[in-house]
Amino acid sequence: MSFITACWNPLGDAFYWRTEVYDMSWSIRDALRDGLVVAAPYGGPIAVLSSPQRRSPSSRPQLDIYSASGVSISSFPWKSGPVVQLGWTVSDELLCVQEDGSVLIYDLFGSFKRHFSMGQEVVQSQVLEAKVFHSPYGTGVAIVTGSSRFTLATNIEELKLRRLPEVPGLQGKPSCWVVLSQDRQTKVLLSTGPELFILDNTSCTAVCPPGLSPQAGSVIHMAASISYKYLSVFTDSGRLWTGTSNLQEKLSEVDTKRTATPTQMVWCRRPQSQQPSVVLLWDRLLMVVGSCGDTIQFPVENPCVLVGELDSVRIISSTNQEFLQEVPLVCQDIFKIASMAPGALLLEAHREYEKSSQKADEYLREIKEQKMLGEAVRQCVEAAGHEFDTDTQKSLMRAASFGKCFLTDFSPDHFVNTCRELRVLNAVRDPAVGMPLTHTQFKQLTLQVLIDRLVYRRFYPLAIEICRYLKIPDYQGVSRVLKHWASCKVQQKDLSDEAIAQAVCVKVGDSPGVSYSDIAAKAYECGRPELAIKLLDFEARSGEQVPLLLKMKRSQLALSKAVESGDTDLVYTVVTHLKNEMNRGDFFMTLRNQPVALSLYRQFCKLQELDTLKDLYNQDDDHQELANYYITASYREKRLEGRLSLLQSAVDEYNKAKNEFAAKVTEDEMKLLRFQRKLDDEKGAGLQGLSLQATMEALLLLGLHKQAEQLYKDFRVPDKRYWWLKLRCLAEKEEWDELEKFSRSKKSPIGYLPFVEVCMKSNNKFEARKYVSKVMLEQKVKAHLTVGDLEGAADAAIERRNDAEMGVVLSRCSASDRLLIDRLNRARAAIAKK
Amino acid sequence: MAQRRDSPELPDFFLLKRLARDQLIYLLEQLPGKKDLFIEADLMSPLDRIANVSTLKEHEVDKLYKVEHKPIVSTSDQLCFLIRPRIQTVKWICDVANADKAAGKFRRYKIIFTPQKFYACEAVLEEQGIYGDVTTDEWPFYLLPLDDDIISLELPEFFRDNFLAGNQRWVRTVGSALHLLHSLYGPFCKVYGIGRCSKMAYESWRNQIEEEEQKPRKAEIGNVFLIDRDVDYVTPLCSQVVYEGLVDDVFRIKCGCVEFGPDVTSSDKSLKVMLNSQDKVFSEIRNEHFSNVFGFLSQKARNLQIAYDKRRGMDIKQMKAFVSEELKGLKQEHRLLSLHIGACESIMKKKTKQDFQELLKTEHSLLEGFEIRECISYMEEHISRQVSMIESLRLLCLLSITENGLLPKDYRSLKTQYLQSYGVDHLLTFSNLRQLGLLVEQQTGETLTVMESKVGKLVNDRTAGKLTDAFSSLAKKSNFRALSRKLNLVPKSDEEYDLRVPRDMAYIFSGAYIPLSCKLIEQVLERDGWTGLEEVSRLLNGHEFAVSGSNRADSRTKTDAQRVILVMFLGGCTFSEISALRFLGREKGYKFIVVTTAITNSSRLMEALLGNQV
Repeated sequence: MSFITACWNPLGDAFYWRTEVYDMSWSIRDALRDGLVVAAPYGGPIAVLSSPQRRSPSSRPQLDIYSASGVSISSFPWKSGPVVQLGWTVSDELLCVQEDGSVLIYDLFGSFKRHFSMGQEVVQSQVLEAKVFHSPYGTGVAIVTGSSRFTLATNIEELKLRRLPEVPGLQGKPSCWVVLSQDRQTKVLLSTGPELFILDNTSCTAVCPPGLSPQAGSVIHMAASISYKYLSVFTDSGRLWTGTSNLQEKLSEVDTKRTATPTQMVWCRRPQSQQPSVVLLWDRLLMVVGSCGDTIQFPVENPCVLVGELDSVRIISSTNQEFLQEVPLVCQDIFKIASMAPGALLLEAHREYEKSSQKADEYLREIKEQKMLGEAVRQCVEAAGHEFDTDTQKSLMRAASFGKCFLTDFSPDHFVNTCRELRVLNAVRDPAVGMPLTHTQFKQLTLQVLIDRLVYRRFYPLAIEICRYLKIPDYQGVSRVLKHWASCKVQQKDLSDEAIAQAVCVKVGDSPGVSYSDIAAKAYECGRPELAIKLLDFEARSGEQVPLLLKMKRSQLALSKAVESGDTDLVYTVVTHLKNEMNRGDFFMTLRNQPVALSLYRQFCKLQELDTLKDLYNQDDDHQELANYYITASYREKRLEGRLSLLQSAVDEYNKAKNEFAAKVTEDEMKLLRFQRKLDDEKGAGLQGLSLQATMEALLLLGLHKQAEQLYKDFRVPDKRYWWLKLRCLAEKEEWDELEKFSRSKKSPIGYLPFVEVCMKSNNKFEARKYVSKVMLEQKVKAHLTVGDLEGAADAAIERRNDAEMGVVLSRCSASDRLLIDRLNRARAAIAKK
Repeated sequence: MAQRRDSPELPDFFLLKRLARDQLIYLLEQLPGKKDLFIEADLMSPLDRIANVSTLKEHEVDKLYKVEHKPIVSTSDQLCFLIRPRIQTVKWICDVANADKAAGKFRRYKIIFTPQKFYACEAVLEEQGIYGDVTTDEWPFYLLPLDDDIISLELPEFFRDNFLAGNQRWVRTVGSALHLLHSLYGPFCKVYGIGRCSKMAYESWRNQIEEEEQKPRKAEIGNVFLIDRDVDYVTPLCSQVVYEGLVDDVFRIKCGCVEFGPDVTSSDKSLKVMLNSQDKVFSEIRNEHFSNVFGFLSQKARNLQIAYDKRRGMDIKQMKAFVSEELKGLKQEHRLLSLHIGACESIMKKKTKQDFQELLKTEHSLLEGFEIRECISYMEEHISRQVSMIESLRLLCLLSITENGLLPKDYRSLKTQYLQSYGVDHLLTFSNLRQLGLLVEQQTGETLTVMESKVGKLVNDRTAGKLTDAFSSLAKKSNFRALSRKLNLVPKSDEEYDLRVPRDMAYIFSGAYIPLSCKLIEQVLERDGWTGLEEVSRLLNGHEFAVSGSNRADSRTKTDAQRVILVMFLGGCTFSEISALRFLGREKGYKFIVVTTAITNSSRLMEALLGNQV
């Protein structure tokens, strides 16, 4: 273990270590010196554009994209204009800023996504320099043009170009500049040589770093820290000034004793940094300058590129990639030679324990005496998190686990989580994946984003594995990955529709939260409608299929899917869509094959578009419904002529529908209407619109018996009904003589009991009695009872020798009718004997 | 009628009301400031059960109006409309808004659709050019508890829309209602059902569950039975003779509330009375056959008198206790008792006459299939005497459905009589009834074969629409007689039936008929599915299902919840059916909860099918 400290370099009271993470698997040589090389932070991909300035069409520059470990992801010849700058967005997209101010966006696999422009005027003046920067608002682009003007876009996702004010006295490009994001504002700090200016939205202010020695000279290089909180300034006299980027405070000023402009200058610090530093790179020298004034110098053999990270600097050369970072305090405590920190003792104790030496106990006891065992475990776990070397990780975790055994109430969460996270980190650090993330970066990046990045890189199995391992809920985890996978899968041109659909179905199955219609939409976007339809078949919720099908102009299919979904609103949406899209005939034909949609549309038409309804029936040759339609319409029509003509249409349609009955009835109605009209005109009877029965009733009540009689004959009204009607009307008008005449006109088809009853209803006992004698034998008892003639009823009942009827009469007798009761009882007894 | 001691507890449906009220208040608060509220006429009573006027006023509702499809007089600059998703109403709102526009008046409009909005309504708004001027919202007020065991969706139009117009727009609403019940009182253990619409509603509900996570809960409702109204038209077409049903037939119970006229209250005022289990008198007689009710009430009156009489011979202290504790209850009971006695008298006046007896006799003959000719002449006379438009129609339907159609001669003559009496526009009514298979002409053997050959031809013609029409008219064949035999719906008439001590559900129809719908439910629950009922379901045109739910684990042990059964009638149910189910529950130790799209009876059923209305 002692060799761990071998690569530690003291800087002030802290240490810096430099460790190799990858042997780069690429084979590039000059590109690092001549080309444009940009690596994304957080172990992101590297883009290399060889000789960007070469303009001859015969040899186009080549754009290569590599993983951080140098594995080629894609490579293609650059066919567009000259590129000034490359940069990576937060979602792993490559920005290529061209000389004419247009910015092209490519994905990791070299496929063009979209482009935008940095302004019309740039086309003329050309971009001199560009910088891609990251802020809490997203990825931004800043350019300086040939007319010495700066233009900013803070977030390329919501493109808003800001042209910054002019800088007094600036010709061409400034000697150096940086973008700063402060106080929710994006500013540019630039040096014209002797002077420094801050450019914000509205103003250009001359500034001076506080405490910068007057003899320092002009500023030729500047760098801001990742958080934009700190700034370092390098002058032509070789002095390095560091301070806060708001230029309020000075941290240090160091003389590097080199006057050449460094090729790169990058901040190297970490959260809770003890000794932040600035790393400067010249052709043959790498210098780490601490704020205490100390420096570490490394000779450089190969051309290399520095990538500033949250907690470190990556040094990428053509052969390997190294990490340069301040040794975290906890690692110092544990690994510093002769350290007595609890973590160091615990590690030692465990080592002794493995050797089965009793010294383990001594060490342990020592930690316990200081009551520091919990702290020791925590230190080991934390230090393991910072380690890249898996063996060191293991020995630290084992020591922690060993220490944990002697603690009773120690929460295992920290230990368990770190174990899990280390496994994930080790997996993504693997050169095949190539994401050299530190634990600190991982925490900052969050797991969600890490999974997204794996998905962008199409490491689907690994992403799924991680989701499952960390037990992320399906909606955010596996399903999300599968969705991306499927969307990517449908773009594979070399596979048949059938094969892709099958593959997608097998993998995705019915994972929650994966929408087949989304995948299908993607397929349709890629120009594979057949595949889209196949995929839609897997969609369980038929409602989801409809919008896409409509977009794909598969209206018929959309309609049947909508019907299947049982959601009438959806059906209706499709119907409306079809109505606008198709000609009427086709539209009706389509509806005919979908009864559900048809009835829905019919009901709508009944309320909104009556004429369409008629057309619908016409198209179907549905004469019955058409006739019904005319009948309905006739009731809406107030004028008699209109009404008659509508009814005539109804008659015609009924005839066509072979519904002779309805035709006849409708004809009768027309006859009746004409009759009513005639009488209304003649007598002002107000009959219009009444039913036959009501008409007759009205006529009878008006005393127009002859006319009523005529209707009765013309319309062949059954005798019974007519008799009932006339009977009631006469009684109502109390025309008793007329009633009597009527009763004698012929034998009543309804018998004479009703006569008795209507009279009694008008409380006319006298009239009622007249008819009692005429009542049939069977009803005589009832008739007598109706008029309240108990004796008559008793007589009739006894005459008929009907026991039940006698019973009824008896039940109506009151106590005073002694004689009658006796008589009835005797008669009953007599019947009973027989 | 005593409860079985082991019968389970009913879940508390107060929650549904509170939920609906909170949602409404939330929606009202979305339109801050004073506003006038326009309420659709048939939403007035349901709304009253959820939130009273003072609650509305608390949330800055200024004036309340009924939607009357007339120009409005409101002066408020904010108008809120609480309506059913009906095109006519939306059109009216458009007219209101456009009139304001023309008058240069600026107002804010908000439409709250309940229980949901339909695309068609929004299309109308768009078409009328006021889509941008109104905000729309949905008040998911699906379920109104009318009583401890009755929940209504208060959607009477469901029946006509779904069964006549073939518009399935309410199916999803029913699915959502079921979903709500499931999420509050489920998970359901088993779902049975019969009917096309039931099946669709069930599927709609399943889809809604799939979209969300399931939390394990303790179920309060175990099983569910869904049934389409068109499975059994016979039962709602019969006259009701159980007290609650009879009150509904005579006075029309609206949203659990009935208005008794002066003839009942024996004063000059009408009185609105809530009819539910809170009414101690009503709750004891609601399920009784009417012939028992009067006796029961007089017994009750005597008891009440005895209770009052206790006063005599009390000392001051006892009297004080009596006044403070008992008197109020007694007075209350007294009031209710006199109301129900009044109602009874009124019913007796209307119903105990010879006519009603003959009507019942005719119905019973039809159900038994005896003396059909006499029944037909009775109906002829019924029309001749112009007794009642709706009643005649109902009898015709009952005849057709029990006899599997009318003979062509009778069909024509009865129809002519009817049309002459009540107007030719009833051609449309008959057309509707024919479409539903409620009133049809008997198909002779010959016409059937003609039909079949026609169908054969149609297949070649590929006119699918007509084909389905042809098949559906074949399928609409009523098989009442066969079903009645299979399920033993009509008890043997030679035995005396003591209505005081009912022995089966037939008591609700004076012992003449066991309601088909309830018998089906009984059979399916008994068999735990449709096995053994294959023939029956075939006669009912299929669409039966029985699905076990997610919590299959405890289906073996009969928990309390599993004896709580939710029966959902799609297209309405009658009070008689509810009474029958209550009886069944008492017999078998179940508790039934009836959920229905609306309470119906024969008149409402017929009125819904009248022609010449949209």
